[in-house]
Amino acid sequence: MSKLTPVLSAHWDEPDSFTLAGYQRHGGYNAMKKALDMDADAVIALVKDSGLRGRGGAGFPTGNKWGFIPQGDNKDHYLVVNADESEPGTCKDTPLLMANPHVLVEGVIIASYAIRAKHAFIYIRGEVTHVTRRLLQAIEDAYKAGFLGKNILGKGFDLELTLHIGAGAYICGEETALLDSLEGFRGQPRLRPPFPAIAGLYARPTVVNNVESIASVPAIIEKGAEWFTSLGTEKSKGFTLYSLSGHVNNPGQFEAPLGITLRELLELSGGVRSGHRLKFWTPGGSSTPIFTDAHLDTPLDYESVSAAGSMLGTKALQIFDETTCVLRAVLRWTEFYKHESCGKCTPCREGTWWLVQILRDLENGKGTEADLAKLLDICDNLLGRSFCALGDGAASPIMSSIKYFRGEYIAHLTNGGCPFDPVAATLFASSKAGA
Amino acid sequence: MTAVQPQTDLITLTIDGFEVTVPKGTLVIRAAEQLGIQIPRFCDHPLLSPVGACRQCLVDIEINGRAFPKPQASCTIPVENGMVVKTQLTSEVAHKAQEGVMEFLLVNHPLDCPVCDKGGECPLQNQAMTSGRGESRFEGKKRTFEKPINISSQVLLDRERCILCARCTRFSKEIAGDPFIDMGERGALQQVAIYEKDPFDSYFSGNTVQICPVGALTGSAYRFRSRPFDLVSTPSVCEHCASGCSLRTDVRRNKTLRRLAGNDPEVNEEWNCDKGRWAFQYTMVKDRIATPLIRENGVLREASWPEAIAVAANGLQGKKAGVLVGGRATVEDSYAYAKFARATLGTNDIDFRSRPHSDEERDFLAAHVVGSKVRYSDIDTADHVVLVGFEPEEESPIVFLRIRKQVRKRALSVTAISPWQTRGFKKLQAKYIGVAPGAEGNALAQLSLTNQSVIVVGERLCESAGGLSAVAELARKSGAKIAWVPRRAGERGALEAGAIGNLLPGGRPISDAAARVDVAAAWSIESDSIPTSAGSDSKAIFAAAARGEIKALVIGGVDPFDMHAPDFAGLESAFVLSLELRPSAITERADVVLPVAAVTEKSGSFMSWEGRTRSFEQAVPETPHQSDLYILSLIAEALGKPLGFSTVRGAAKEFGTLANWDGARASFTSHPVANAAQGVTLASWRQLLDNGSLQVNEPNLAGTARKAVARINAQLAAKLGVANGDLVTISTDHGALSLNVELSDLVDDVVWLPRNAVASQSLRMLGVLNGAQVNIRKGL
Amino acid sequence: MASAPKTFDENFLSRLDAIIARYPRSRSAIMPMLHLVQAREGYVTAEGIEVIAQKLDLTTAEVNAVASFYTQYRRTPAGEYHVGVCTNTLCAIMGGDAIFSGLKDHLGIENNERTADGKVSLEHIECNAACDYAPVVMVNWEFFDNQTVESAKTLVDDLRAGKKPAPTRGPNSVPTFKEASEVLAGFNDGRANEGIQAGDPTLLGLKIAKGERK
Repeated sequence: MSKLTPVLSAHWDEPDSFTLAGYQRHGGYNAMKKALDMDADAVIALVKDSGLRGRGGAGFPTGNKWGFIPQGDNKDHYLVVNADESEPGTCKDTPLLMANPHVLVEGVIIASYAIRAKHAFIYIRGEVTHVTRRLLQAIEDAYKAGFLGKNILGKGFDLELTLHIGAGAYICGEETALLDSLEGFRGQPRLRPPFPAIAGLYARPTVVNNVESIASVPAIIEKGAEWFTSLGTEKSKGFTLYSLSGHVNNPGQFEAPLGITLRELLELSGGVRSGHRLKFWTPGGSSTPIFTDAHLDTPLDYESVSAAGSMLGTKALQIFDETTCVLRAVLRWTEFYKHESCGKCTPCREGTWWLVQILRDLENGKGTEADLAKLLDICDNLLGRSFCALGDGAASPIMSSIKYFRGEYIAHLTNGGCPFDPVAATLFASSKAGA
Repeated sequence: MTAVQPQTDLITLTIDGFEVTVPKGTLVIRAAEQLGIQIPRFCDHPLLSPVGACRQCLVDIEINGRAFPKPQASCTIPVENGMVVKTQLTSEVAHKAQEGVMEFLLVNHPLDCPVCDKGGECPLQNQAMTSGRGESRFEGKKRTFEKPINISSQVLLDRERCILCARCTRFSKEIAGDPFIDMGERGALQQVAIYEKDPFDSYFSGNTVQICPVGALTGSAYRFRSRPFDLVSTPSVCEHCASGCSLRTDVRRNKTLRRLAGNDPEVNEEWNCDKGRWAFQYTMVKDRIATPLIRENGVLREASWPEAIAVAANGLQGKKAGVLVGGRATVEDSYAYAKFARATLGTNDIDFRSRPHSDEERDFLAAHVVGSKVRYSDIDTADHVVLVGFEPEEESPIVFLRIRKQVRKRALSVTAISPWQTRGFKKLQAKYIGVAPGAEGNALAQLSLTNQSVIVVGERLCESAGGLSAVAELARKSGAKIAWVPRRAGERGALEAGAIGNLLPGGRPISDAAARVDVAAAWSIESDSIPTSAGSDSKAIFAAAARGEIKALVIGGVDPFDMHAPDFAGLESAFVLSLELRPSAITERADVVLPVAAVTEKSGSFMSWEGRTRSFEQAVPETPHQSDLYILSLIAEALGKPLGFSTVRGAAKEFGTLANWDGARASFTSHPVANAAQGVTLASWRQLLDNGSLQVNEPNLAGTARKAVARINAQLAAKLGVANGDLVTISTDHGALSLNVELSDLVDDVVWLPRNAVASQSLRMLGVLNGAQVNIRKGL
Repeated sequence: MASAPKTFDENFLSRLDAIIARYPRSRSAIMPMLHLVQAREGYVTAEGIEVIAQKLDLTTAEVNAVASFYTQYRRTPAGEYHVGVCTNTLCAIMGGDAIFSGLKDHLGIENNERTADGKVSLEHIECNAACDYAPVVMVNWEFFDNQTVESAKTLVDDLRAGKKPAPTRGPNSVPTFKEASEVLAGFNDGRANEGIQAGDPTLLGLKIAKGERK
């Protein structure tokens, strides 16, 4: 039990956790008051000292990002929160915002104050109506309470907060595509440099942070950097949300210090689906190379996962048991990348088109072993050659799955089709089994 | 030349083992070009902003020993000191990356090269050979689209061939300011798209065809007409306006099949307008005059050249004559007309202005334009550009593009003095000063400029009395430069050549004895044989002929309906010699008609609005036609007063000796701004694509012409009780025309009409100029 | 330029202006404006594209470029209830594929089609950030968690019968497509307080930490 550290989720079990009253009952918006009494640079320094790293996947130190914003440049600055949670397997920001939108609003106020932004935006994906409602309401209530708008708490700080609602495009989770989308363009990634810190939204200095990163800020302000650094590992400080899904007995959200292992999380939650065993899993969403049961004890922090050949990503732990055809899983992810490829660059646009066709053939037992070499070579031509990381994400599941399950690919060919029964993998099958 | 080159920091880097030093900010792909290393590319274009989309130009880069973890797009990375670049020539990783991208590009490409217009000159085809694998490993299903689709009457889009490099969409947005094409859909279904109801409405659309690196965009007129290797290309110069565009004319078996924009960084960069690209059928029309014609018993009949020359000479012999040059003559032809008038016919009654003109203008040209050298580069360095009597997108499109470039690049401030806030002005983000036509001078007087400013003056400002005087005064006060932009390609050259009554070649004032001596000596004639007083202008020449004072007219390429209130009486009574391409209102009344060569059929030069000489060679190898100057030389010979040259080279050489005059320029006396007319006044100018005689037989081009409408503002509309789309009739004592109304941002009580649309030929139908009072009423 | 759009009522036009006012630069308003067009029309109509182009001083091609990029903007009318079945890997394997094919059979329509009564349109969707509730079905982008083939069939039957069932995590009754689109255009419908704050999986870690669950 001691392994779990509910901070963000500490009061989610209260029915009114999403309301202003519910949030304030446990000290909500006190961190804002504290921060507004601090020097803005001291806020940045505190977040730097905490070692908080971006929770959206890349793990870039949040305080450093804030520090890149040029000060005294007489330009408008912007804070943009990336709430476009769309990476397959990733499901942490959405429940967080449904249960407690105010913690994000408070984090936005503190971060905007630190980087001297007078207008902040939350870019939320368009496919979560109720979360949108709760954010709209929270923002409205924060304005009414005097936490947003002109001269907040009489401290002379002004901040407008606008909720921008997406419309179905995974690529907008890429920060520069998100900015283009927010500016009213097709959500396609921009050239870097210039980086958003220099020329972001409307070509002005801009910080783009993930929901969980910003939501972690109020607690850091309240409890201090030392408290935060006391959690986690040497380079991966603090706590975070791990999302467990798939073939487990009890899926859900687990807030724990960085560095916990999947074995520990499975033990806490009740393990892999009863009667089955772990086959493969993603440590941080579909774009992170898959792991197998050989990685059960890999600490889930940025460094360890990376050293083991994948990425911590969004800590979206999708668990698949032995009933799952890895080729089917990978094909479906590849279809997703094809569907979500923005079309801007050749390798991703054409590569995903091609990969889907080859994988479909293989899944149907068509092809030869030489096609596996071709598949890997196409992935090699895609990985690191595309404009943004979407292309890398498309190549990763294929390359990692062939690495661990080459035999299963070949079995499709010798079997003349998929050897798996899809029904056995469904939740209904397991509930029948469990009934 | 005069612009001070800014101090540039230099960067030294190594590419494939060779050191190269280039200015800071240079992209790696272009630094490699300096070494002769060609990195394959598609989306990259030096005049468009980098996008890094196609990924074909991937190279390995390390900086100070630190290697990028993956290959980088060399079209997006600026050079840095100590950078070490390995292209496909020295890096296996770069080589494989490029092969991989090429293979990806061909996944969905139809490989229909044998039936593709681009085949043989296709960057995709060429680079697939140089940078691709021998064979594709793709065995799957390609995406298909309906093909091709018209995105305008003149541009076709084949989406299957498109590699989505976004050159066309970036051009339309960045360069032309016409984002009527954009990307649609996404992923592998991404495609260039128009909005279904709104076609690609741009005067510059042809450039997208030219810069398309595959056969996705093709021109309707050229489609399936030829293979590039069957064409013979000749560098050319555009004859359609005074912008001075460098072109390339592609000819197969004596037929011009297409024209492309040439590359001249100082003038048109790599662009041109659709008229310059797609209006050339006029030289190949069926009614082209093929042989000399002489009038016998009131009817023109074919004649031999010797007979026609003799009849022409006979008709001119001993008569007081006037010479009308038209605005489209080459410098050499204009010079021949200028010399023919003085040395052969003994008259100063010569004028190139076969369009509205004034004495104020004539004096302005002699004092402030002839010999001046304001350049495109002055726009590049200007602190302020003022547009007056001039709508650059309609009247000199490359001037428009150049101003727009600076507006985008450095927010150049532009002021437009005009009765109508046009789409072109908006695209220049111009400060619009709305004035009624005729009142431009008053607005100019309010401006404050510097010696870094440029006042761009359109030819039609002469229709507003006092307008040019106000320009001269503003320039005097501020030191601002004056750029006079005539519409036609030959006007500036004709001015310099002395094809106007008050100037001899080289801008020599006719009133200046030393100037006359100069010219007479060069021409080996008696100096007193050049009349000392300024000759009449075009309008006065017609009038004098009507009165019987002028008894012979030599007319080259003039449409009398281009002038206000043309007077045909003189054409009936005088002896008329017409040098023409096609039948016209002049040839109908001429006594002798001599066919002349079109620009593609001769060499020569135009002088752009800058005063820049733009020479070109004959593009069509075999032609029965001769240049105006050759024909004039024959007549002069027959009249016993030879021109002394009969070739373009000879004329150019002689003009070269006279082109620069270091004596005093003519002086200029200011004219007052006229009082505004009462009631509703007319504003009118030509649209780029209209009923112009050089645009005949170009239905695809005509399909993109802007609609002819009468433009009024809401105030006048309310007064008249009309709404958008309603018919109105505009009339004068001379005549009337009717058009549908489009409510626009105009000043009060002004109606704007196109000057030369089929349904709106304001000069011909109304007989009045800008600023004239007209009647306007609802309905027919 | 755009041809004159059909007359939109003043209320609609003023709400377009209200969207524009949210942003420092008007073009940013294009996406919520497209959502609002769907709230009025049920999909992105030509008139909708034209009115946006006019309001934002863009070409229709530019608006179309944006509208066609994002999958939520529909080219054809959505049903009153737009049903999305997640068939991304995890949901698909956990039963999403079976649910989707079951609904196609049950409704007699294919992907991106609408039932003849206009009540239900069907689409297979990508990951909707609810993997711990797999398999997931969305109705007008409200969560219907842990579905089975049978529960999904009952769900669409209820929708067609006008029963307005309550989402698992959402308001007390499911809104129509147009009503939901209005929320996505950024207009608060006042229903934020309805429904639960979190489902069981969301609270699992907390409850284990608090010793309320083993």
